[in-house]
Amino acid sequence: MSANDQSGGGAARQGQLKREGLIFEHGAPGRVGYSLPKLDVPEIDPVESWGADQVRDDIAGFPEVSEVEVVRHFTRISQHNFGVDTGMFPLGSCTMKYNPRVNESVARLPGFAAAHPYMPYSMMQGSLELMERLEQALAGVTGMDRVTLQPAAGAQGELTGIMLIAAYHAHRGEQRTKVLIPDSAHGTNPATASFCGLEPVEIPSNSRGTIDIEALAAEADENTAALMLTNPNTIGLFEDQMDEIARIIHDVGGQIYCDGANLNAILGKTRPGDIGIDVFHINLHKTFTTPHGGGGPGGGPVAVREHLAPFLPWPTVERDDSGMLCLDWQRPQSIGKIHTFQGNFAILVRAYAYIRALGPEGLRQVAEDAVLNANYLRVKLEGHYHLPYQQISLHEVIFSDRKQKKNGVTAMDICKRLMDYGYHPPTVYFPLVVPGALMLEPTETVSREELDVFIDAMIAIAGEAETDPDVVKGAPHSTFLRRLDEVGAARRPVLRWDPQAADTDGD
Amino acid sequence: MAEYPDSYRYTKDHEWVSFEGDVGTVGITDHAQNELGDVVYLELPEVGAQIKEGQPFGTIESVKAVSDLVAPVSGEITEVHTGLIDAPELVNDDPHAGAWMVRVRLDDAAVAETLWGADEYRKFLEETAEGD
Repeated sequence: MSANDQSGGGAARQGQLKREGLIFEHGAPGRVGYSLPKLDVPEIDPVESWGADQVRDDIAGFPEVSEVEVVRHFTRISQHNFGVDTGMFPLGSCTMKYNPRVNESVARLPGFAAAHPYMPYSMMQGSLELMERLEQALAGVTGMDRVTLQPAAGAQGELTGIMLIAAYHAHRGEQRTKVLIPDSAHGTNPATASFCGLEPVEIPSNSRGTIDIEALAAEADENTAALMLTNPNTIGLFEDQMDEIARIIHDVGGQIYCDGANLNAILGKTRPGDIGIDVFHINLHKTFTTPHGGGGPGGGPVAVREHLAPFLPWPTVERDDSGMLCLDWQRPQSIGKIHTFQGNFAILVRAYAYIRALGPEGLRQVAEDAVLNANYLRVKLEGHYHLPYQQISLHEVIFSDRKQKKNGVTAMDICKRLMDYGYHPPTVYFPLVVPGALMLEPTETVSREELDVFIDAMIAIAGEAETDPDVVKGAPHSTFLRRLDEVGAARRPVLRWDPQAADTDGD
Repeated sequence: MAEYPDSYRYTKDHEWVSFEGDVGTVGITDHAQNELGDVVYLELPEVGAQIKEGQPFGTIESVKAVSDLVAPVSGEITEVHTGLIDAPELVNDDPHAGAWMVRVRLDDAAVAETLWGADEYRKFLEETAEGD
């Protein structure tokens, strides 16, 4: 679409995508989505046979809809969605890359899809071998010794990691209470520390956007349980003083937890285990192309060095004397279970399929292309958007709205306008150390041509912010819904559907 | 630049305190609410809680971020503006008066002398303002 055409192809699209409403607003009383043949046996009254206390009352207010209404409703809702299958999704720190279809085929192989966690070991050797091999592959990629596959997502992986460190200190008879966390960290880091009953202590960044070593050294002491860092950090920069950071923390007896959110940038290039990190979590749904977002199942394996292995969640996959794979529950120092059974097993299958499809060289190329793409954006957009850190970045690059703010255009406005151009917005207002941050992560799964079109859109928006700021401030114009009242939704959330309110609403 | 009352004291964390005897009233500055954007939620301490200068005493959530409220003074909370919980927009609309957050019985009333006056705070804002 051209920069001046505010509605674009939107009008036709809006016609197709009319307001859908909830499933509760469809249908009519008594309508059903099935048809059964007439009874050919005598009908009985369940209350008479079993007593009223055994028979549930009808639940009022459930949707009464036909099959076609159900199918059309959910199909239409799916058309309102924007995902990695729809277009570029440069949501910084989230690594929203394309998920190859082969992963889905492999996960649906009946031996995996129909496996049951209570099958005897002899019947689940294939599934256990996949877990063994995935653990070895992830240990290889991260340079660590053992890996638990149980955690369901990144935040749970973080929690597992800090629980392991707490168990390690407790086992040594030490009561350490502080967790040092850089100010550029994901908000889940201090939340994890607090949840474990530890005190998060913020460490400032220096002017280069990396950890302030002097501040770290001043805060590290015998009370320090761990440093939680992210490397590459959330500014997309590599913490290049890892030797010194590791020495400071290990000298006081602390452990180093590294958030693996940004593993995509260093695949096959650097291994956390080689740069002093003791615990590292991995987001399979970011780095290893398992589905991401929507609250669906994720995967947050945690890799540790040998001295922390005894504390890993039980059971682990091991081989017995005969070489048969089995689950080992004889782990007295384990922190216990983190997830039911073996975590989100079908997600593990997808991640393993991806790793094997690419191999070591392919994984290395992932990192190279992801970094190349981010730097291509950096160079092409510098000059149009303020770039707070000038260094070569890794897999993501951070701009800010400083130039546009002079005309009253904020990072949020730029994001909304980007939707008119057909893109998912980047991450905004994060990390907190950059006011008005726009955090772009293109990933390796976007072509040069697509990047160029995206860059043109970003440059066009920067131009509009100068010449016609109201277009940007009023965006989006062409989407199915216009700008949503995010403030109202946060201050006064409506969490329940009310049929009366819906009737009088008229919309 | 917004009006910063001369009778208030200010901190680098963008909190203000107004003193009356051994009681300090605490809120966040106009600059702070402007940087945060629309405030949607607040978590404030209970009456009787001890707060310590430089340490978080609550949290403030805007559409952009969740931030700590950093205590500008040490002492015991004597009053909490619970009305803000239901009307967080007051922080944006009237940061220097209507959106006071807590009242504190000061451990040491002399703390007022160690905080910035309005002129010093304005100067700090100018120095840290984003250039080009």
